[in-house]
Amino acid sequence: MRSPLPIEATGLTKRYGALAAVDAIDFRVARGECVGFLGPNGAGKTTTVRMVTCFTPISGGMVRVFGYDVTRHPREIKARLGVCPQEDNLDPDFSVRRNLLVYARYFGIPSAQARARTDRLLEMMQLTEKADSPIEALSGGMKRRLVIARALLNEPELLVLDEPTTGLDPQARHMIWQRIRQLRAAGTTILLTTHYMEEASQLCNRVILMDEARILLEGTPDALIAEEIGREVVELWDIPEEVRRFVQASGWITEQGEERLFVYDRTGGEVGVRIGRRFPHQSRLIRNATLEDVFLHRAGRSLRE
Amino acid sequence: MQWQQVFANVSPSAWRVWQRDLDVFLTTWKTNFLPPLLEPVLYVLAFGVGMGSLIGLVVYQGEELPYLRFMIPGVICVAIMFWAYFETTYSSFVRMYYQRTFDAIIATPLLVEDVIAGEWLWGGTKAVLTATIMLGMMGLFGLVSWPSALLVVPLAVVGGLLFSALGLICTALVPKIDSFNVPAFLLIFPMFLFSGTFFPIDILPRWAMGFALTLPLTHVSYLVRGACLGRTPPFWLANVAYLLGATLLTAALALILMRRRLIK
Repeated sequence: MRSPLPIEATGLTKRYGALAAVDAIDFRVARGECVGFLGPNGAGKTTTVRMVTCFTPISGGMVRVFGYDVTRHPREIKARLGVCPQEDNLDPDFSVRRNLLVYARYFGIPSAQARARTDRLLEMMQLTEKADSPIEALSGGMKRRLVIARALLNEPELLVLDEPTTGLDPQARHMIWQRIRQLRAAGTTILLTTHYMEEASQLCNRVILMDEARILLEGTPDALIAEEIGREVVELWDIPEEVRRFVQASGWITEQGEERLFVYDRTGGEVGVRIGRRFPHQSRLIRNATLEDVFLHRAGRSLRE
Repeated sequence: MQWQQVFANVSPSAWRVWQRDLDVFLTTWKTNFLPPLLEPVLYVLAFGVGMGSLIGLVVYQGEELPYLRFMIPGVICVAIMFWAYFETTYSSFVRMYYQRTFDAIIATPLLVEDVIAGEWLWGGTKAVLTATIMLGMMGLFGLVSWPSALLVVPLAVVGGLLFSALGLICTALVPKIDSFNVPAFLLIFPMFLFSGTFFPIDILPRWAMGFALTLPLTHVSYLVRGACLGRTPPFWLANVAYLLGATLLTAALALILMRRRLIK
């Protein structure tokens, strides 16, 4: 018999009164995958994560984690999960080391084993020197590393990271990415949510784009970029009418931003070259298409609040 | 969710939460043990040497007592209420809302019901610790009768758990931390003054005495005073029944209301 999937959701729904925060979504996460949930604020990413991790009761549909129903077996599920929440909730009443030792007790890890794992995780997250410091003495990046270390105490088979690098400086972010990649290489299944498309491209082998409580798109980052955008994006600004007409007549896929016109180049090279030859003085930027273009193309480029 | 399920969800893991709170308490034990050690000394000075000399003797249940000897058990009762109630109101609220400690704990195999039960047990424990230390200090001053005074410890367990549950009910209901002023002024401070803590309630008008008898602290103070003075309160069975009933009821309510606040 095949072992059950880490996550299997069908028709998963969360309603708050009349409002659906998550509206009947279906998705699966296979063993060893790193799946990223992308989407604007309020899209339903965090609510989805909270249902999978048994924080929030589901309103409809079903989600199984390792084959267990979240409603009926939360203890069994949570014993096998590592959760890194969006906001740091380290225990300010304890030192760095004791945060981990006390947390290990909630999992029923025997104290000798807890001490050994704590030392190893502090080492891995480069926090050994801070072991006896109070939490308030840590920088934002260190706190995040400690939260991840804490999520790894029970050697989880599924690690859930809700915006793991939001608000961190580039060095701290890269260090966390590196650790996540190491965990992935070691076979840990990972579910993460993020606003950063670069983060998703760097870490995830599959992304799920959510907007307004539903799943818009799903696939590998490369396939999504190729399908939705193409290979290159040409950004134009200060556009005279004749350029605009030329672009329209060429039949390319375009999108009007607030100041710039985005022209999607499926083949790569053609759009930039043709505009450059015809209008050499036109202000333009030619760059590779990214996941961010997919996201903005699908979710809209304008600010939503 | 069915309320029976809420009770069934409490597991022995609740002690892990209790243990967490105890660990924090012990990290700062020097400051934590100071108040229960010093408070009795201050009371002896203020009420024994100071006010007691003005009041002289008090008639309590047909017996004349020096005021200090009458009043000292009341100090223990107030301590049982304050230490439990303030632990599960302000301190639990800080852990729940500002520190998000509960969120961190429920990412482990523990359920939210375990966390609530652990906080409840810890609130009661704090009352027991404080009452026991105070009792020892008062014993040193020769103000309580042994061995009956030892009954104060089990009484502190029941009273502590009752006021701990009452605190959690408030924590489940207040919108923000400042709102704790409301139950404090409507419930806790009237109880502090009018529960037979500092004067016998039978000198009150009948209606006021009737009101005092509805307050849980009144029943704690009948029993604690009886234990400290070495005499059996006339209606001790009724007092015990009231306290056990009220403790179970408030604890059940605390669990249901806190769960409703925490699970969305």
